[in-house]
Amino acid sequence: MQKQHEQLKTNDFVELPKEHYEELETYISGVKDKEGSLIHILHKAQEIFGYLPKEVQLFVSRQVGIPAAKVYGVVSFYSFFTQKPVGKHKISVCMGTACFVKKAEKILDAFAAELGINKGETTEDMLFTLRDVRCVGACGLAPVVFVGDNVHGHVAVEDVKDIIQQYRKGDE
Amino acid sequence: MDMLNVNINGMDLQVPKGTTILEAAKKCNVHIPTLCHLNLGELGVVNQTASCRVCMVEVDKRPALVPSCSDKVTEGMVVKTDSMRAIAGRRTSVELLLSNHPTDCLVCPKNLSCDLQSLAQELGIREIKWEGKRMDYEKDLSSYSLIKDPNKCIMCRRCETMCNDVQTCGILSAIDRGFDAFVGPAFNLDMVDTSCTFCGQCVAVCPTAALTEVNEVGDVLRELNDESKHVVVQVAPAIRAAIGEMFGMEPGTLSTGKIAASFRRLGFDGVFDTDFAADLTIMEEASELVHRIQNNGRLPMLTSCCPAWVKFMEHQFPDMLDVPSSCQSPQIMFGAIAKTYYAEKMNLNPEDITVVSVMPCLAKKAEAHRPELSCGSDSNVDIVLSTREYAQLLKEAGIDFATLADDEFDSLMGESTGASVIFGATGGVIEAAVRTAYEWITGETLENVEFKQLRGMEGIREATVTIGDMDVKIGIAHELGNARKLLEDIRDGKSDYHVIEIMACPGGCVGGGGQPYHHGDIEILKKRTAALYREDEGKAKRKSHENEQIIKLYEEFLGKPFGEKSHKLLHTCYQPRERI
Repeated sequence: MQKQHEQLKTNDFVELPKEHYEELETYISGVKDKEGSLIHILHKAQEIFGYLPKEVQLFVSRQVGIPAAKVYGVVSFYSFFTQKPVGKHKISVCMGTACFVKKAEKILDAFAAELGINKGETTEDMLFTLRDVRCVGACGLAPVVFVGDNVHGHVAVEDVKDIIQQYRKGDE
Repeated sequence: MDMLNVNINGMDLQVPKGTTILEAAKKCNVHIPTLCHLNLGELGVVNQTASCRVCMVEVDKRPALVPSCSDKVTEGMVVKTDSMRAIAGRRTSVELLLSNHPTDCLVCPKNLSCDLQSLAQELGIREIKWEGKRMDYEKDLSSYSLIKDPNKCIMCRRCETMCNDVQTCGILSAIDRGFDAFVGPAFNLDMVDTSCTFCGQCVAVCPTAALTEVNEVGDVLRELNDESKHVVVQVAPAIRAAIGEMFGMEPGTLSTGKIAASFRRLGFDGVFDTDFAADLTIMEEASELVHRIQNNGRLPMLTSCCPAWVKFMEHQFPDMLDVPSSCQSPQIMFGAIAKTYYAEKMNLNPEDITVVSVMPCLAKKAEAHRPELSCGSDSNVDIVLSTREYAQLLKEAGIDFATLADDEFDSLMGESTGASVIFGATGGVIEAAVRTAYEWITGETLENVEFKQLRGMEGIREATVTIGDMDVKIGIAHELGNARKLLEDIRDGKSDYHVIEIMACPGGCVGGGGQPYHHGDIEILKKRTAALYREDEGKAKRKSHENEQIIKLYEEFLGKPFGEKSHKLLHTCYQPRERI
């Protein structure tokens, strides 16, 4: 059945902190070439909100004065941007060429099995998000894993449990 | 002008600086196949993304093949378009596109009018060498106007150019990356949930069936075969200058008489002309303009015949909804009169009347479903066919359109003047309104009815027409990006126009999203426009207020223009809508 003309469905929009929007608005108002700085603005928005849900993208679109479809196009293009809330610790497994030949895929699988999630997903307790990333430029340490800003080099499958435990403990 | 020497396939020629290889090749009669490329000349519609890689040619001293549509000629350039390498390169591009394209051509809505299909034929491709992953997206069937099938998208970006650069609606954008990339709205919303105006220009330029219209031919056949229904049909002005193209006739051939004949053959109970309703629109709109001018009302007044333009305004300028005329479009006015006056005269129950429209437009399909444009629970207009669907209906019914003898429209709602015919071209509505307003305001007879300063293909035009002791300043825009400029001037208080005509599509309705595909040839639009002015010239009556059936309609039913009954039946209101 085709739909009637209707207003944009706003009932599935999530409420986000007002002060976050204010912070972003202040940032955007200080940017000179707003349109040309879209990616910077989105970086800032993700830093503030932790992720880029559609309400934040729509906010950016209206503040910057470019169509929401264009903003969404950019957000969906770059794997750095995430549209879902992420966990406290972002585990990024490098899949660059050097890491790949050193069996990084097995490391990724081990994290997935240990955390009970697929890549791109977040654990229910919102503690960990698992992702694969392109070469991070630390090939000498292959296979390499980032947890937040911390680097773990020469990671073996057996280390995975310990790494996770280390961050779990840190939170207790 | 700086001239450059270039050699193409052994031929020397000189071209102005800035010429692309493709344009230079055309000058020496060398055909290079293209797919994503689109250039509508003075209409300012240019898609030069070089994304399809179909126009690749070999350039001396360049290691890789280059896209001829975007690469410009440089001094002394030596180009080969017919070398083995160039031919193989182009072929590979098309084969790769086909490796991820459905091959259901026989049942595809674009069968025989698909540019990719034509290209495969032109290049003699007989097998698809590579078998790989296929895109698998759901179709968007959410709107009344258009269907989006991303599986047939070849990422040429023509629709994106139309939607963003020309129409400035910004609905369609490339989403995601690499193999997963597709064109769609923000957050992959259904089209109906976006601020899409349904102008259909994305459909008009889509080379494949990634964007097509919602097809309602079957609904018309069903109604025509329902004994209990009294089915009437109206045809918009722009159709008569374009439908012939679907039957091998020259672009710009006028087919008014054949259209009336074809409707009768199809078995419609009432064979009518939207031109009648266009004359009615002028009666109301010219009255409203005179009323606004004489009562210090809101100026400028903007025309409201174009439903894509109306929806654009609701989404993009929700603070300015008092600017457009309150007149419904001719299509809706026709339906309103058919289900009241006509029903009364014919002694019919309005619920048994089905109103079918043949329109050059896809936004008209959505317009017909606007709840405020219905009478009670019943729509004023029930089914809207595009020009292309009308051709399909004729073909299915076995009507050899080109050989039909001319026939006339039925009386009551079939008479029309030259003023209404030119509604189909940019500037036409305002010219028609001026013809009537002039006589009403001055009380004099207008001898020369042609206001040539209002005609043309420029995106924004202006003219001043002296009516009595008043200089009426007129603005005209076609394409929504041009409309936006005029609207922004009004918002900023920089506009001194009295009245503005706006049409969403390039050239007005002749270039509508439901018209036969022009495949990037702007000459076709010009020929359609010329045909409409020709029909106007040949009409005995060329002013809307001289239409005798209209005069009778007011005497017997409506009372006076812009009066109480008109307000109830023929006028509407607008609502602010979100922008997304």
